[in-house]
Amino acid sequence: MSTSSVITQPRTRAVKETWGTRIGVIMAVTGSAVGLGNFLRFPGLAAKYDGGAFMVPYLIALVLLGLPIAWVEWSMGRYGGSRGFNSAAGIYRAIWPSPVSTAAGVLAMLVPVVIYMYYVYVESWCLAYAIRYLLGGMNFGLDPSRYEAFFAEFVGLTENGLAFRAVDGWWIGSAAFFLLLCFLLNFYLIYRGLQKGIEWFCTWAMPTLVICALIILVRVLTLGTPDPSKPEQNILNGLGFMWNPATKSKSFWEALANPQMWLEAAGQIFFSLSVGFGIIVTYASYLKRDDDIALSSVTSAAGNEFCEVALGGLITIPAAFVFLGPQVIENPKGTFELGFVTLPNVFNHMVFGWLFGFLFFFLLFLAAVTSSLSMLQPAIALLEEGLGLGRRASVAILSFVTAVGSLFVVYFSQGLVVMDTFDFWVGNVGLYILATFQVILFAWVLGVDRGFEELQRGAEIKIPNFFKFVIKYISPLYLLAVFGAWCYQEFWANPQTLTKIIREPAAQAAVLFLLLVAAFFTLIVNQSVRRWERMKKLQQEVAP
Amino acid sequence: MTLGGWIIMTISVGFVTGLLAWSLWKVLTTPGSTEHLHSQMDIQTPDVTEE
Repeated sequence: MSTSSVITQPRTRAVKETWGTRIGVIMAVTGSAVGLGNFLRFPGLAAKYDGGAFMVPYLIALVLLGLPIAWVEWSMGRYGGSRGFNSAAGIYRAIWPSPVSTAAGVLAMLVPVVIYMYYVYVESWCLAYAIRYLLGGMNFGLDPSRYEAFFAEFVGLTENGLAFRAVDGWWIGSAAFFLLLCFLLNFYLIYRGLQKGIEWFCTWAMPTLVICALIILVRVLTLGTPDPSKPEQNILNGLGFMWNPATKSKSFWEALANPQMWLEAAGQIFFSLSVGFGIIVTYASYLKRDDDIALSSVTSAAGNEFCEVALGGLITIPAAFVFLGPQVIENPKGTFELGFVTLPNVFNHMVFGWLFGFLFFFLLFLAAVTSSLSMLQPAIALLEEGLGLGRRASVAILSFVTAVGSLFVVYFSQGLVVMDTFDFWVGNVGLYILATFQVILFAWVLGVDRGFEELQRGAEIKIPNFFKFVIKYISPLYLLAVFGAWCYQEFWANPQTLTKIIREPAAQAAVLFLLLVAAFFTLIVNQSVRRWERMKKLQQEVAP
Repeated sequence: MTLGGWIIMTISVGFVTGLLAWSLWKVLTTPGSTEHLHSQMDIQTPDVTEE
């Protein structure tokens, strides 16, 4: 561990507070959390699980899991940082030196790194769409099916390896080409430590994204009935499709009885707020002793949820219903199809649609860059702290591992089976296990009173004591109950995912790859633990 | 859209908008809050300057 690693860089803000500096801070704090999950992943899940019914487990998960776990991670991270640890494994072991903490440390590396492998691919789609809009490559006319066909061909939905070929002979290149661009950009930025520059840029880019989304929202809400030959495809029915608690095939209570919906709703909250990733604990470890973590985390979560529910929820699904009809939303070919097929249709019906298309996807790309950079930092911290490597060597190792994973995702693109398998096992199950471990570690090992003391130090708001009870009892029981019900359904009652793995070779390969990455991080974490123990022993020998 | 749909939409959008408005009000009215507020992206990790 590096003793200097606990030093936080001084803030460069003006000493005198003005409304301008405050608004700048608000933009930075709320903007940092906005990402692809808000506008692309959330609408896909809401459509999959019948909209209105999905919002019940979603909002419950926000209050009982999302915010409490965010406080847990910020508190534990700062606690571990004050003891000289920056990696999740080191922080967990600082609180509870046990093999369980070591195993959780492996998971805390696996989750952000594997999510990065497919997240960067989706990030590259945003860049590709933005550039195509700018250069006139997204003008497919009024036929919605052409946008769907383009997306399927571009990302290789129909055939493995298709993403390596340029679509319709367009010179700018294939999805793999844009992936390479994003990959190089991300690793250049992380290698040079340019998050600060990105932060400054995003301070202005994120509000622009929100303004852009608000304009699109107004356009969607005033769509009326664009095709008079299909009067049922109107905006009010579109809103109903998103928000009605019951559907034709399923009652509200039947929808709520699905444990997978509860699991994925909580998973979406984790994904949106970046909790359960092992990312926040790493970043929080660099904070000063008296920095605020309570109001920061609430403001960040609130900005993020506003973008997700109030903007993402009101735009994509109602627009998809109006332009493409309910059958497309009910049977999506992938989680992200709505965002990349529907929104271009909306832009096509707008004045200066190409400009809005460019701005929206480019700003979303920037939002994705900030999120993907933060996914790399936990592994870099472990490699530096555990193996004593420098930043350059750590970045080089990590770039190799993630490049292999991303190539795997982009090549086996048919039906996005590999991406969905990664997202299911790591983006849902892995996040769940890690979040459960962290809550138990905070409430039952560190102690909820001690943990709250850490949380409230320097806090600009007082977190109600009621949340002590929530974190100690409700959050862990909630996580265990939903996960238990999901396990019963997946492994016993209706093993759909396991059947998919048995039947589809790409899914088998994806699971095997995940096991290999897990083995790699197990070796690194074990080596790190040995190093920490050697250093501890040495310190004890030197100390009088 | 059914009455249930209107209720769920109002609660969902109202809750997140209210939470954001409250957070912004707290940041804007708490003296010195900007010196202590943080997001992931504004934390410069010290290893960058060590090499």
